Amino acid sequence: MPVKLDKLDPEFKFRVASTPGGENVTRCFACGTCTLSCPVREIDEKFNPRRIIHMILLGMKDEVLKSDFIWLCTACYACSERCPQDVGITDLMNALKNIAVEEGYVHPSYIEQVKALSQFDGLYEISDYDNKKREKLGLPRIERKGVVLKSIMEKTGIIGLAQQGGQE
Amino acid sequence: MKYALFLGCTVPVRGMNYELSARKVAERVGLEFVEDERFSCCGFPVKAVDVETSLLMSARNLAIAEEHGVHLCTLCSACNSTLAEANMILKEDDELREIVNEQLDGMRYEGMIEVKHFARILYEDIGIETLKDFITNPLKGFAFAPHYGCHYLKPSEAYGGFDDPEDPKSLDELIKVTGADSISYEEWDLCCGGGILGIKEEVALQMAGKKWKNLKKYQIDGMITICPFCSVMYESNQKKVEKLEGMEIGVPVFYYPQILGLALGIPPDELGFKLNRVRPTKFLEKLSSLVS
Repeated sequence: MPVKLDKLDPEFKFRVASTPGGENVTRCFACGTCTLSCPVREIDEKFNPRRIIHMILLGMKDEVLKSDFIWLCTACYACSERCPQDVGITDLMNALKNIAVEEGYVHPSYIEQVKALSQFDGLYEISDYDNKKREKLGLPRIERKGVVLKSIMEKTGIIGLAQQGGQE
Repeated sequence: MKYALFLGCTVPVRGMNYELSARKVAERVGLEFVEDERFSCCGFPVKAVDVETSLLMSARNLAIAEEHGVHLCTLCSACNSTLAEANMILKEDDELREIVNEQLDGMRYEGMIEVKHFARILYEDIGIETLKDFITNPLKGFAFAPHYGCHYLKPSEAYGGFDDPEDPKSLDELIKVTGADSISYEEWDLCCGGGILGIKEEVALQMAGKKWKNLKKYQIDGMITICPFCSVMYESNQKKVEKLEGMEIGVPVFYYPQILGLALGIPPDELGFKLNRVRPTKFLEKLSSLVS
């Protein structure tokens, strides 16, 4: 895919750098330690941290934000621990995902997770069945009210995602 | 020694054997837990959506532990890294902490507590030497593969250097103190893939499969994990990995306190082995032949 100069957004790297986690993106000198450390890259070449950083620095905003590969980071921190420039690539990947969400590109699995958190205050409902099983094992019952995280997500505005992707 | 027990989302529903064995072990070694039903999700799942929301969720949980005046103990490594990282950020930045506190509906976090993984507490606060004195039934003749997982060690800046993320020894030491061998193996540090199970299952399963391929040449009685995500990948999804990779695995996966519990003399039926999805039948037979 050739890079089209007139489609590049020179401001994009600054937007990334002003998003929490993306602060150090311009420090990258493209050594490739991240890519060699990445366990996802070993299996799926579509995910290549050095390439993604280079695309950010070039200003390939749409290509980065609309791509499915930005969601492939497992957050293992292997790259972050080894990066000689302290770019903080795991956090940078989160910054990219955060910007993608702002722009309306959100992976469906996160919509489901936000929904669950707003209902149960956790990723899973602790059902009566679970509590019975817990009691049988001698573990205490857990009653989560399921309202706390909803109000936090209302404050920060991401609760809107829970209404996306079909309540129906 | 008192800690607030932070269970997180996955452990109390899908990792009851982890919770049960951790509680039993804690009781034996003199670790007391404070419980609080107000604890919610740690914030990890929304990091990808909005890190500020994640920070607020973490801060609220930290504030609850601080109210009790105790440090916080996690069983899940993802909770551990999320809360420890938030804790580091909030301790370092007074201004940000104020902004966060204003959002907590009357709760406040002053940055007075520490966040530690259960395994780290055993290793660092109880200590290997003390654990040695508690061992009554050493697991002689057993060998396990330690799986440290990512978030128990990383981001290392949030963990105060308690272990080396490139060459760790805490879990090996914790396994050895039970009397069992802890094996060294190639690519021990591979991520389980759990972080992208819901994004691209096939890649996640291949990541888990790689570890099993590396372990194939070793005679082991089980893999040892300290995180429910890792356990979901290596244990709950073992059949799927077998199918995808065309290989037979059939190796049980245990939570560390399950085997420590055995070495402490806690009966196997109190450590939740019935809930292990890869049935540890052979393991338990070997164990009973050892006792008799």
